[in-house]
Amino acid sequence: MRPSAVRLLNVLVPIKRTIDYAVKIRVNPQQTGVDTNVKHSMNPFDEIAVEEAVRLREKLKDQVKSIKVVTIGPPKAADTLRTALAMGADSGIHVEVPESAPAPEPLGVAKALRAVIEREKEKGGVDLVIMGKQAIDDDAGQTGQMLAGIMGWAQATFASKLVVDTGKNEATVTREIDGGLEEVRCKLPAVVTTDLRLNEPRYASLPNIMKAKKKPIEKVSPSDLGVNLTPIFETIKVTEPPKRTGGQKVESVDELVARLKQAGIAAVKS
Amino acid sequence: PHALVYLEHRGGQLDSGSLSAVTAATQLGGQVTGLVVGSPEEVPGVVEKAKSLKGLTTLLHSSSPSYAHPLPEIVAPLLQKLLSSSQPYTHVVSAHSSSAKSLLPRVAAQLDVPALSDVTSVSHESDSNTTTFTRPIYAGNAVATVRAPSSLPVKFFTVRTTAFAAAPSDSSSSVEVKSLDPVQAASPTEHISLSLTTSSRPELSTAARVVSGGRALKNAETFEKTIYPLADLLGAAVGASRAAVDAGYCDNSLQVGQTGKVVAPELYMAIGISGAIQHLAGMKDSKMIVAVNKDPEAPIFQVADVGLVADLYEAVPQIIEKMKE
Repeated sequence: MRPSAVRLLNVLVPIKRTIDYAVKIRVNPQQTGVDTNVKHSMNPFDEIAVEEAVRLREKLKDQVKSIKVVTIGPPKAADTLRTALAMGADSGIHVEVPESAPAPEPLGVAKALRAVIEREKEKGGVDLVIMGKQAIDDDAGQTGQMLAGIMGWAQATFASKLVVDTGKNEATVTREIDGGLEEVRCKLPAVVTTDLRLNEPRYASLPNIMKAKKKPIEKVSPSDLGVNLTPIFETIKVTEPPKRTGGQKVESVDELVARLKQAGIAAVKS
Repeated sequence: PHALVYLEHRGGQLDSGSLSAVTAATQLGGQVTGLVVGSPEEVPGVVEKAKSLKGLTTLLHSSSPSYAHPLPEIVAPLLQKLLSSSQPYTHVVSAHSSSAKSLLPRVAAQLDVPALSDVTSVSHESDSNTTTFTRPIYAGNAVATVRAPSSLPVKFFTVRTTAFAAAPSDSSSSVEVKSLDPVQAASPTEHISLSLTTSSRPELSTAARVVSGGRALKNAETFEKTIYPLADLLGAAVGASRAAVDAGYCDNSLQVGQTGKVVAPELYMAIGISGAIQHLAGMKDSKMIVAVNKDPEAPIFQVADVGLVADLYEAVPQIIEKMKE
């Protein structure tokens, strides 16, 4: 048997602009959502995804043909694409939705991503999708699995290690599962979703930020892609979580230990 | 309504999270069918236990050697078949476990329906055929109330297990047990290996007690010397703030917070943790929060039920000493 030709990898990294993880979330007075007039940044798990794609190229060199980032979001989401380009992605696709549009659901996003992947076919296709395991706004954690499902692709969620073998056209992934780790091997094309331990994202350097300004971003609309991003679930209201009645201090270790014992908490070993 | 509950198991035991999923399914007010999928060696024993679960009306099981490691690519075709052909199911329910949250969205999308993750309450209105859920968003900093419309033929959701009691066993209950032919499909993914943590300490995300350390622990050595003895004394899991993880005091699998693990134990002890928003998001649903910190202004004290302003290096050994008495 002749060895199969090495497949050059085209990597797609879907990213999302979210409220910065350090911002205190406030529910709006109308109870329709949260105050979004605050600092935004790239969803932290997506940063890990971009970083992993860039590291893949650093390791596999020319075997990684392209790293494209894609976002589905309002005009300002373009900033998030620029951040990813400054980290090392080659080009961006912005599926632009109006500022006032309701947040799309994971199923809608997965369908938009499928349409993006279909469009990429003429440019060599997509072999590997790396994306965050969840976004820290809606915390759904579904989009990767949904995309893999509708594409009929392999999926590896909650990745803490990713090794791609372009010769064998497969990816070996270590997944963080309840109680430990699982290793799986996926035939490409595949969707990998990133967990916290996969890597530590880099900060973009100033020269790279400058360079990123010249990298191409293609703008498309959901209708260009033939997808409808209208949510199916109806959000009735968004409320504050029940308040904690905290703020109680004790004066001494004795008092602290007394409170623990009062609550029925005892040592399990002496 | 008729709910299908995906029952998970490990080592012949039903997962406790699946027992909570059964409870959530019974709250829909209709029939509840359980589904056990696994290897021929495991399934009979699990079925034996599952058939006495209170609330189940039917129990389906499907076994195949290929289900020994139920990868989503391998199990999805079975669920798809079960849910597509003139099926009676209106809801598909599971725990928000790592395995079910990999599987359910895949199946839902293949059936062209959306899914809801990590719900904390559920109620079904039969007249309008709508289901209303609450679920935390922004790591629990807000709660969304969401309605699934009647036009949605199957409503998929995973449940936050701390929000639903475990379904009890009832030996007198008589459920109909039916076997289901496995669906063999070529999978693009294969299982290679499994390594389960064999720590003597409980698992962080499900532990009843958690002792967490923050940046004030100075380094890995003092983290270990200070936090571990207290955790072991209480039979607690060990956690950490992002600052402690970033500083390399401990492994980042221990990180509690918005981007780490979200925990809701009976007791959460925050030692030398200031209480950044992103940390609070991961632990503020704990039943009792105890905080020890030198800085009286630390935000952790605003959520603590028992706050002690003290030097942790003095306080923690004293707490250990006095808890032993």
